[in-house]
Amino acid sequence: MQYSFILNEKPVQVTAEEDANLLWTLRERLKLTGTKFGCGVSLCGACTVHLDGKPVKSCITPLSQAVGKKVTTIEGLSEDRSHPLQVAWIEEQVPQCGYCQSGQIMQAAALLAENPNPNREEIIKHMNGVLCRCGTYLRILKAIEKTAQKV
Amino acid sequence: MEKQLESQGLSRRKFLKVGGGITFLVTAVGLPALVFKKGELAESKQISAWVHLSSDGTVTIYNPASEMGQGTMTALAAIFAEEMDADWSKVKIENAPVEPEIYGIGWGGERGGSMLTVGSRSVSGHFNNLRQSGAQARYALLSAVAEKWGVDRKELKTDSGLVFHPKSNKKITYGEIVEFVKIPESVPEIPDSDLKNPKDFKLIGRDYQRYDVPFKVDGSAIYSGDIHVPGMVYAAIVRSPVNGTQPELKNETAIRGIKGVLNLVSLEHGIGVVASNMETALKAKAMMEITWNGDPKAKSHNSQDAYEEYEALSKSSQTGSIVAQSGDLNRELPKAQKTIRADYKNDYIYHAQMEPLNAVAHVKADSAELWVGTQAADGTRNDVANHLGLDFKAVNLHTCYLGGGFGRRSMTDFVIEAVDISKAVNLPVKLQWTREDDLQYGAFRPISLQKLEAGIDQNGNINSWKHVVVGTGGGLLGSGADIPFYDIPNKLIEVRNIDHGVRTKHWRAVGHGPNKFAIETFVDEIALEQKKDPYQLRRELMKNHPRELAVLDKVADMAKWGSSVPEGRARGIAFAERSGSLAAGICEISVDRSTGKIKVHNIWGSLDGGVVVHPANAKYQMEGSLVMGLSSVLFESITFKEGQVEQSNFYDYPILRMEDAPEEIMLEIIPSTEKPTGIGEAGLPFMGAIISNAFAALTGKRLRHMPFTPEKVLEVLAS
Repeated sequence: MQYSFILNEKPVQVTAEEDANLLWTLRERLKLTGTKFGCGVSLCGACTVHLDGKPVKSCITPLSQAVGKKVTTIEGLSEDRSHPLQVAWIEEQVPQCGYCQSGQIMQAAALLAENPNPNREEIIKHMNGVLCRCGTYLRILKAIEKTAQKV
Repeated sequence: MEKQLESQGLSRRKFLKVGGGITFLVTAVGLPALVFKKGELAESKQISAWVHLSSDGTVTIYNPASEMGQGTMTALAAIFAEEMDADWSKVKIENAPVEPEIYGIGWGGERGGSMLTVGSRSVSGHFNNLRQSGAQARYALLSAVAEKWGVDRKELKTDSGLVFHPKSNKKITYGEIVEFVKIPESVPEIPDSDLKNPKDFKLIGRDYQRYDVPFKVDGSAIYSGDIHVPGMVYAAIVRSPVNGTQPELKNETAIRGIKGVLNLVSLEHGIGVVASNMETALKAKAMMEITWNGDPKAKSHNSQDAYEEYEALSKSSQTGSIVAQSGDLNRELPKAQKTIRADYKNDYIYHAQMEPLNAVAHVKADSAELWVGTQAADGTRNDVANHLGLDFKAVNLHTCYLGGGFGRRSMTDFVIEAVDISKAVNLPVKLQWTREDDLQYGAFRPISLQKLEAGIDQNGNINSWKHVVVGTGGGLLGSGADIPFYDIPNKLIEVRNIDHGVRTKHWRAVGHGPNKFAIETFVDEIALEQKKDPYQLRRELMKNHPRELAVLDKVADMAKWGSSVPEGRARGIAFAERSGSLAAGICEISVDRSTGKIKVHNIWGSLDGGVVVHPANAKYQMEGSLVMGLSSVLFESITFKEGQVEQSNFYDYPILRMEDAPEEIMLEIIPSTEKPTGIGEAGLPFMGAIISNAFAALTGKRLRHMPFTPEKVLEVLAS
């Protein structure tokens, strides 16, 4: 089957099976590997991307749901790590193993796009679905709060 | 965007290959020029096994350890750059090729040995070696300049990538040396007196950014699952639900009939399916109907019953292996004025690294190429070579970033699987474990029962200490059971083991997690029983151990131990060592008595890690390890029923989420000139005890079984 959608602001067309899914299409068919596989059942958030600006778990998103829509991945957030959250993530030296961080940043970016000045409680509520095993949560919080103040 | 493939050793491996498997000695820093392609000679040179220098001044330093989040790729390069006196802003870091003779370390930090990245040993193990190697690279550059200028090498000085000759005022950058540098046949060992004076350090002990961070905020850091090889196919495996059972596929025809399924591969412990795309591989895996045959030992294992088996074993006359012994416990304990006893338990726990295991393998007729995130670079290469009957040199392993390791990725089981499948289908294969695979075919931190007994003499002092650890996992049980910093005259610490036939493995801090929980909670129980302040009791016990005492005093000072605490909250304190590092912690908690939920508000931590190469990152490692420790203490439990793991994903094996992170974590490192020690696990072992101790201070009740889930908390509160 043919699937067409807008990926990081460019139109793409993918040939894939009927049961193709967004995560594996991004990673394996389109070779955009910044989006990670973590649990496969929407429990960890490592695979978070934006679908028409809203954060979705790509691991449970059938590719058919992306048709005609805008998909944004970590690779499309900025061209040069210049998104305010990426800048803050580097300033605060947030990542450790780094595996969850694309998902963390994409989830946070969706929050700030909707609510530029969230309080701590709102941030925690919004970010709670994205797991980190290395224990970077407090720096994630700090990086988001810092960015929110600047935006 | 920088190409991370380039900076993960892929390019370097290739050019080393041009030389046809050259082995070079570390002391002979020279590399034969033939490893360079023609035309590159003037632009860049390999100064030693550790460093490559380009005419634009770029200094590429090779990282000998796996980068799994602990940040040592940066710290190790900084040690080298410090002595080379390189311009840090021009340093690039690439993973070293798998050459343990050069990039490995022995357990005493000696050159050679293994590239195994475990036990928080990277910085402590490589410290002297990398200082020496950096100084040797500097020596090679200075020798070249001295010859060129016709001056005595000893008159030359360096400053961050610049050589200068004060007498003549001549200057030259490291990059400019590339044009004429001749790599000497050998470079002498640089005496310690010629290494930098620590007061002149520009990197060691200073703050700088981690090299890997930028690649981890834009998705460009390459983990093994991100690799694509032309012609690659996808594999998934159904593995034995009970360790040791063998598969019999009941619906082979149906599975083979699924569109996109290319092949099935029988393994001893499971069945692999190979497909043209990932979705099909995963779908076919889910559809396999398998009967599991055999009656292995694991089948009779029920983990909740295991505590009774341990209790029985603890009472038997059989003696286990002795971890430590002093005085005469059997004579003195019965004479005690008062005896205090307590038992502690901890369930199995799972690594839960965020990146489920995966590997890319391409097995050819007489060679193999692998892309793996592994803690055991040479171990993996060797295991694969032995498995395939190949020479080590015929196995080309590309090391990638690890999405967490914590001990799990020091095993090679998942790589051997990928190799077997690639060999069977004669194609490059990406093997992907699902989260359920990763959890259910995990190798867990052992369950254990800890029986502690202390004898108090007529002066109220602890005169005897008996600690029996009973569990599974053999050697994994004993780490951290000894208490050399507590002066107790009669001591017997022993491990007794039952093999249940299930898979166990090192898990961040290994036995220190359960053992320090038991020890440090027990010290708290003794203190309360003796009506002593638990901080003061520890001070008495470690009064002859000034470094330990300083760490304990530091955290007490930071948290203002003894000062008033907000209503409804209480604090607990504990001390622990791990990998030579000394750490103490205090937490402040509250408990929701209706739900049983513990909230950890604040954690204070102090650390003595000897000379700390990268303090900001060291603190962050401590923060990470105590958050991971908190997760294990509050939430995590793996249970077996008839040998089968009962949990499967994050819904029934929850790990800590942001809402349960402490509100604030305050950490301090104690300045030291002692040799560096391992920091990556040091914050974890005291976590169980500080929470149990705070809980006891708050409620008067004692939590003695990790994890402290709401159900257990309610049960203890009602007792």
